[in-house]
Amino acid sequence: MTIIANILGELFAPTTAAYALAAIGLNIHFGMTGLMNMGQAGFMLLGAYGFAITQMHGANLFSSVLFALLLATVYALLLGIPTLKLGPDYLAMVTLAAAEIVRIVGRSTSMTSVTGGSAGIAPQDFTTQFENLSPLPDGTSTFLIWTYNNNIANSWWLRIVAWVLVALCAFLCWRWFRSPWGRVLKGIREDENAIRSLGKSVTKYKMQALIVGGLFGALAGIVFILPRSLNPDSLGRTVTFYTWTILLLGGAATIMGPILGSCVLWVLLTAVKETMRVSIPPTVISSNQIEALGWVIVGVALMLLVIFRPQGVLGNRKELAFNG
Amino acid sequence: MADNNKPPVDAAQKQKQDQQKRAVPTATVREPFYDIARWGTKPPPGEDLISTAYGDRVARDLAFVENEPGVHKPDPILVADNVVRRFGGMTAVDVGHFEIERHGITALIGPNGAGKTTFFNLMTGFDVPNSGSWRFDGRDMQHVNPEQVARDGMVRTFQLTKVMSRLSVLDNMLLGAPDRPGESMVRSLFPGTWRKKEQENRQKAEALLERFLLIKKKDDFAGSLSGGQRKLLEMARALMCDPKLIMLDEPMAGVNPALKQSLLDHIVSLREDGTTVLFVEHDINMVRHIADWVTVMAEGRIVAEGQPRTVMDDPAVVDAYLGAHADVDLGDDSVLEGLEGRV
Repeated sequence: MTIIANILGELFAPTTAAYALAAIGLNIHFGMTGLMNMGQAGFMLLGAYGFAITQMHGANLFSSVLFALLLATVYALLLGIPTLKLGPDYLAMVTLAAAEIVRIVGRSTSMTSVTGGSAGIAPQDFTTQFENLSPLPDGTSTFLIWTYNNNIANSWWLRIVAWVLVALCAFLCWRWFRSPWGRVLKGIREDENAIRSLGKSVTKYKMQALIVGGLFGALAGIVFILPRSLNPDSLGRTVTFYTWTILLLGGAATIMGPILGSCVLWVLLTAVKETMRVSIPPTVISSNQIEALGWVIVGVALMLLVIFRPQGVLGNRKELAFNG
Repeated sequence: MADNNKPPVDAAQKQKQDQQKRAVPTATVREPFYDIARWGTKPPPGEDLISTAYGDRVARDLAFVENEPGVHKPDPILVADNVVRRFGGMTAVDVGHFEIERHGITALIGPNGAGKTTFFNLMTGFDVPNSGSWRFDGRDMQHVNPEQVARDGMVRTFQLTKVMSRLSVLDNMLLGAPDRPGESMVRSLFPGTWRKKEQENRQKAEALLERFLLIKKKDDFAGSLSGGQRKLLEMARALMCDPKLIMLDEPMAGVNPALKQSLLDHIVSLREDGTTVLFVEHDINMVRHIADWVTVMAEGRIVAEGQPRTVMDDPAVVDAYLGAHADVDLGDDSVLEGLEGRV
């Protein structure tokens, strides 16, 4: 029973929501505009730092979130100004490198007084205000088969906030997707020069897309660290690649794709690991190996998906028929 | 096709001219007045029709222009001076002076590699020349980026057709619309602020698609269109901006003859809508058919300009297309020796 609760609990876990948010942001970058952002984790980490550090110094919740978003905007501008006029591959390289720079600077010993170095920032330094804001009573609650704390750490309160955020971002994305603004972005994805020849400032639109997607990434970073501590290494390259996996799994350029992709990936991963844990004795495969093997199995499943359903779960196969 | 585009006759003007010109009334031999169809196509004997069509006006204006490269025209919309573009050691474009007559259809022809497309790119801001200046409709267009060029009314199409494959045909068209409040990031979230304009643009787009015979395809992905249909779509999309000057880069390439005919009709009808047309084409018959003026480029320079009927006889054009020794039998050794002696 606990296994099933654990597996299905992933469906609406805060981490799932965080990845969904990051993937929605990436969807605006890649799915809508065709920008190859290989450093979504950089936006997340910067958002997380912006939030946690200001919280540590006693700023209120609202201004902390605002500061995180501001950092992401500045970061997007810094990345975009030199690269958006160049081809898509340059943006990919720059974002990948920049995300690493953010992480390495964050974990460097000389920054320990600000960012906490490689140990990061402990949750009690930045979660208090968020937890105090909760209208829920103290203690734990059980809903159907799931029991979580109401307010502390991996709580119901965080789940509610996280999924409300996801819903809000998905709504914004839906509005944009069907608007003339979204149409211009999709046009840029298809052919920049054609859009330019029709009198639209391509660089401006790309910058807007990069910033908006980055803002969603920063929100994702905040949601990501709230149930745990802020550790720069937990928001490294792999997070970017998980986000890409989620996006392609769910279907790029769809509204619900990133959310569905995040749910499917984490439920699947937990299911595989939990099943192996109970069915295979630790003398045959140790729990560390199960952790790794879980990824191997999910990886193979994803490869099969990409081969047999390249458009993702929700994508439109017809769109893939015309390349270029 | 020419019959469809016969100049509309302004009856009032005709009568006025009638009175001025003719002291002796010829009313006795006139055809019945009510037969307008015959009026449109055939003037009564001994009378001239005055046409208000741009085609005739431009033809009249250009009739007095000398047939020589870099000549001044009565009412130019685009004037380029000393535009030079070099790629390394190769000079792709070196245009001394070039003018495009307003409301005219100007054809830009020349052998492959003559610099026609590069010249297009330079004029529309997609490429930057090493030197030179050009004015469009009185405005200096140097250092203006492509999007601003398009907004100023100089819209181009591409030799390799650029359609947005994974957008519907209608969406492709709507991207061309000039007035689009919904394309601002914040306003796009509030459909109330742009829905009305969007509806207007949609009607305009559908009217254009109807004209270009693409209306049945409007909800299909543009990527599913054939090559010729893409050319039509690209042209229709460029027209969404209501351009003053439309620059068509090989609009007929890869288009089947039947569609070619309708494309030609469209180009001619563009002129009557008040749009100036500059187009690159290789098919000389097509050029002769619709162009008011022909400019010939070779090796980056403008080597000849003139009326479409006569320009092909210009020795510079023959040289450009066939080589300087087109009339010499190079299989004859004695002739070759003679040539070498001369060179």
